[in-house]
Amino acid sequence: MKRAGFDNIWLPVALLLPQLMIIAIFFYWPAAWALQSSFFLQDPFGFGSTFVGADNYTSLLGNNQYKRIAWFTIVFSVLVTFFSLAIALLLAVKADKVIRGAKTYRTLLMWVYAIAPPVAGFLGILFFDQSTGPMTKFFQSFGWDFKLGVDYNATATAMVIAAVWKQIPVNFIFFLSGLQSIPRSVREAAMIDNRSATGRFWQVTFPLLAPTAFFLLIINITYALFDTFGIIDALMKGEPGNNPMTLVYKVYLDGFRGNDLGGSSAQSVVLMVLVLVLTVFQFRLVERRIHYT
Amino acid sequence: MADTTLETPAVTQHPRRIRWETIGDHVVLILGSLLMMMPPLLALTTASHDAVTIHREGLQLALGDDLGKNFHAAMFEKGGFTQTVDGTLMLMNSFILGIGFAVGKIIISMMAAYAIVYFRLRFATLAFWVIFTTLLLPLEVRILPSYEAIQKLGLTNTYTGLIVPLIASATGTFFFRQFFMSVPEELAEAARIDGAGPWKFFVDILVPLSRTMIAAIFIIMFVFGWNQYLWPTLITTDESFFTLVRGIKQIVLSYTDSQIPEHGQALALAIVAMIPPVVIVVFFQNWFVKGLTESDK
Repeated sequence: MKRAGFDNIWLPVALLLPQLMIIAIFFYWPAAWALQSSFFLQDPFGFGSTFVGADNYTSLLGNNQYKRIAWFTIVFSVLVTFFSLAIALLLAVKADKVIRGAKTYRTLLMWVYAIAPPVAGFLGILFFDQSTGPMTKFFQSFGWDFKLGVDYNATATAMVIAAVWKQIPVNFIFFLSGLQSIPRSVREAAMIDNRSATGRFWQVTFPLLAPTAFFLLIINITYALFDTFGIIDALMKGEPGNNPMTLVYKVYLDGFRGNDLGGSSAQSVVLMVLVLVLTVFQFRLVERRIHYT
Repeated sequence: MADTTLETPAVTQHPRRIRWETIGDHVVLILGSLLMMMPPLLALTTASHDAVTIHREGLQLALGDDLGKNFHAAMFEKGGFTQTVDGTLMLMNSFILGIGFAVGKIIISMMAAYAIVYFRLRFATLAFWVIFTTLLLPLEVRILPSYEAIQKLGLTNTYTGLIVPLIASATGTFFFRQFFMSVPEELAEAARIDGAGPWKFFVDILVPLSRTMIAAIFIIMFVFGWNQYLWPTLITTDESFFTLVRGIKQIVLSYTDSQIPEHGQALALAIVAMIPPVVIVVFFQNWFVKGLTESDK
């Protein structure tokens, strides 16, 4: 709050009211409702529900399919985060260095940000097409019988590649702006101290980029968990079958296709806890960052 | 004459050592640009071929003759299960979602941020926390209960049900709060001394001052709204409310079902779905980058 604040009472209430109402109806009510229904077993035909305590949670944790999906989600998130950060960092370092065409490169490397995930997934379907896809042929040339939608690992690979491709621009934008905020004097001093460009990067530039990288780490994990829904949905062509999927996709599948309200709500609550842990982790990192500087 | 021939190698040798490294940088950047450009470009070239060619040979590098035909069919031929929706209608719905979401979010979050920053309120801290908790849980996490809430309110297959729940997060409010905090305090004091009330100060001074910020957040929010997929998929079952991005699913489904799938038309529609957000991001790049890197920190 500002020191020179206004004293009016009704105006701020009126200003806050729309936001608070929307949040109450579309955020707090649903969230509370998810928590509540995760303790009930809903009749699939809508004839009421019975209190089952923590049964939804225990059956979730004992479910081998759920464990498999959780494991895939972890592997998927790690791969997507690692590759999209690494490729974006390399491109940002180069884009920061060149003088000629710097703006053109920046535009070419960031515009994919605007493409919707399911559209990216749709392009993926053509690239990984079973008979004509160029990526399929590429993998087959290594002797891998690559079949999208049939072979679990093939579908998973396609999902990772499409998700990485879609996420490179965001990471690129943040890394580039992080690099450009490093003062000229620091760069020049580093130039005098260390003649090797690689050494300079790891000893000077990279530590200065660490705050951006930490921040992006969280952003990327959140992306891999939630925003990849469209890519995954497109690449499995609406047929979950034996295909790999993330935890968010499973929430959707059980809740909307399987009509398992209690189980889906319990999964939602598990995800909420996961996000809260991530956020706490993020805040602690930010705090530590402040202590150092 | 002799002097110049002696000097030339000495002059060019030093720049050449640097130039090899620069060429390497450019090679990496060109490869990176190709990696990002190729898929959408191939989509465009492939969209210019007829269904049989694409079905038999897959993605096409060269331009064919059917570009206009495919785009015309995608935009004006009725499709979907009930044969009531065409590309033009979906394009309009996409604009309604993108612009409605961005404008709604900006208005609501600016008002809330103004109230939190500029007024001495007893419950300001409480309001702050009530609003900012929403940053923690994305819509995807609470998707089923949110859907149930919309259904109970009878808002499925309405623009309200499509747009308003997406606004229920604090990203915009957080962004404007940060910005208002950076506005010099003297401004509000001066306005008060001059006899301007809080509403006049907001409309005549603060809003014009935030123009660049508003533009930046509009771009980000428009792209975010335009690209929504999961929420529109659940809320709109009536095809006349389909957005382009939501319609992609139907395209993919019909694409796998039919004998010779209409790949060309499907790709044309996918390209139409890409153009508006891409154009905005490319043309207003500086605002967009500024908004993105400053709002998320």
